[in-house]
Amino acid sequence: MDRHNKELLLGLLETMIKIRTFEGAVEKNFTLGHIYGTAHLAIGQEAVAAGAVGALKPNDLITSTHRGHGHCIAKGADLNLMMAEIFGRETGYCRGRGGSMHIADISGGNLGANGIVGGSSGIAAGAALAAKKLKTGQIVLCFFGDGAINQGIWHESVNMASIWGLPVIFLCENNQYGMGMKISRATNLAKLSDRAKGYNIKGATIDGNDALKVYDSVAELAEQVRSGQGPVLLECITYRIKGHSLRDAQKYRPEGEARKWLLQSCPIERFKKYLLAQGKLNDQEVAEIEKRVSDKIDEAVSFALSSPFPDTSKVTEGIYA
Amino acid sequence: MRQISYAEAIRECIREEIKKDSNVFMLGEDVGLYGGAFGVSAGLASELGEEKIMDTPITEPAIVGVAIGASLLAMRPIVEMMFSDFNMLALDQIANQAAKIRYMFGGKARVPIVIRTAGGAGIGMAAQHSQSIEALLLHIPGLKVVMPSTPYDAKGLLTSSIKDDNPVIFFEHKLLYQVKGDVPRQLYKIPLGAGDIKRKGKDVTVVATSFMVQKTLKVADKLAGEGISVEVIDPRTIKPLDIDLIINSIKKTNKAVLVEESCYTGGFTCFLSAEIMRYAFDFLDEPVLRVTGLDCPIPYEHNLENAVIPDEARIEAGIKEVLGLIK
Repeated sequence: MDRHNKELLLGLLETMIKIRTFEGAVEKNFTLGHIYGTAHLAIGQEAVAAGAVGALKPNDLITSTHRGHGHCIAKGADLNLMMAEIFGRETGYCRGRGGSMHIADISGGNLGANGIVGGSSGIAAGAALAAKKLKTGQIVLCFFGDGAINQGIWHESVNMASIWGLPVIFLCENNQYGMGMKISRATNLAKLSDRAKGYNIKGATIDGNDALKVYDSVAELAEQVRSGQGPVLLECITYRIKGHSLRDAQKYRPEGEARKWLLQSCPIERFKKYLLAQGKLNDQEVAEIEKRVSDKIDEAVSFALSSPFPDTSKVTEGIYA
Repeated sequence: MRQISYAEAIRECIREEIKKDSNVFMLGEDVGLYGGAFGVSAGLASELGEEKIMDTPITEPAIVGVAIGASLLAMRPIVEMMFSDFNMLALDQIANQAAKIRYMFGGKARVPIVIRTAGGAGIGMAAQHSQSIEALLLHIPGLKVVMPSTPYDAKGLLTSSIKDDNPVIFFEHKLLYQVKGDVPRQLYKIPLGAGDIKRKGKDVTVVATSFMVQKTLKVADKLAGEGISVEVIDPRTIKPLDIDLIINSIKKTNKAVLVEESCYTGGFTCFLSAEIMRYAFDFLDEPVLRVTGLDCPIPYEHNLENAVIPDEARIEAGIKEVLGLIK
């Protein structure tokens, strides 16, 4: 059985390159002064978003985090609307009211990035409760970082999902740092997935920089979760190549650590190498993907730059339904 | 008309709304088999099923979080937050999530949840089970804040709250649960943002909320015997607020007393008195007078408890002071 057809493999690669290139453009445009607030980049973590969301059905749901561009892109978001939102424009997903940390596309199944660490775990469990009650067959993929795993709401939501058998994949994107705090200073666990034992649910830890491993693991777990076996906890070990936000001097981690990860475990380079070695990809195709993605991102930046800023006289629109 | 209690009126509304709309369900601590700490949902789980009246663990943030998530899929959850004080545990979910989701997502999401919660002092539950925290939530854009003072209002306002597409905090009062009043059998709606004149009068306007409405009405009765005509206004919802009703009354009486159970500093009536100053300054014969709880945690012992919250004597004294009858 070949569960990894070429279309799927190239699709995963393209999504990862899209995330990397998008984040690069965000960083560049912040430096150029086009971005007012801040953003949290997922460079180095592309395999988690691409692999995990890639393994879902199109109508499945996700909840995301403050570092959510990758999740959003993997879920099929419109890059123009995303970029415009980060640029604070009226044409953005949230009409410039949300910014990078609050991009959502409810109708597209993205229940929203969240500026509160752990803040979306309850929402994920609730969406899963609704999916179960309404018998929609959807499952919910709840992204959160290692920093969220010590938040009360996280524990409470996992417990709730466990006792009610809710269809949630709690996916811990362990990028090693909660802002500036190394995870080993924040918990006494070698594996964060051991927390699953406390809720009598299945837990696993995998290499989150291996796109195919993430895809396969989530695909398998999604099947279990969808069949009514209750929630699971999947820890994906990855690394945050950039600082916490665009405004981080990174004094808390050893110099060279990020470079070492990028050289030795860049998820995109690893996946490319694997595909080339397997003969499922050639240099020509890589160049085509990179060109296509780069054109799309350029278009998104142009769209954002040429979009109007929101009308301040309408600032209070959208508070109440 | 048929008389039922405030608790029964709320129960009747929940039952009928759940029967009518398959997207409505209730969840909370001990709302099912136990029937709710104040008995509001007594019998509903066996009648409607435990899928509709869901017992949760003691886990306030997750209860609200789960309700928000379900609402994003167009369900209409009713949360019972056993004591209003417990909303503090869930404040991130209420203030940072439920209240903000619509706005920060560019006006493209709806969070139709109702958090029913028992506020107020008066039954010896002390400092962590007796607070009136409506002003905290009043301050958060995106929330609506509802405070029914009668069985009739409770049923009609809860119906509107459940149908509302925004997060609504619905403050019940422990001392109101057993209060009886006329309540129609069928469902009816009282719009959020429509206040009510509970008693017509001409000498002074008293605006009161929740259980303070009941106390104020007793005072008004008593003062009628002394030839003083008190107009009692219940805003019923403090957000949105029916400011016109209040201003029009003050334009007639030229005197205003504001009564609330919550603490003196930063209460709802601080905001209300500023609004009165803005819209009715030229009509006031006397400064607006506030009768409120003290800036003090609610103590346990009965006399101490009574000393903190406004009683009828203090309300009466406030009215007489504004009328120049006492100094």
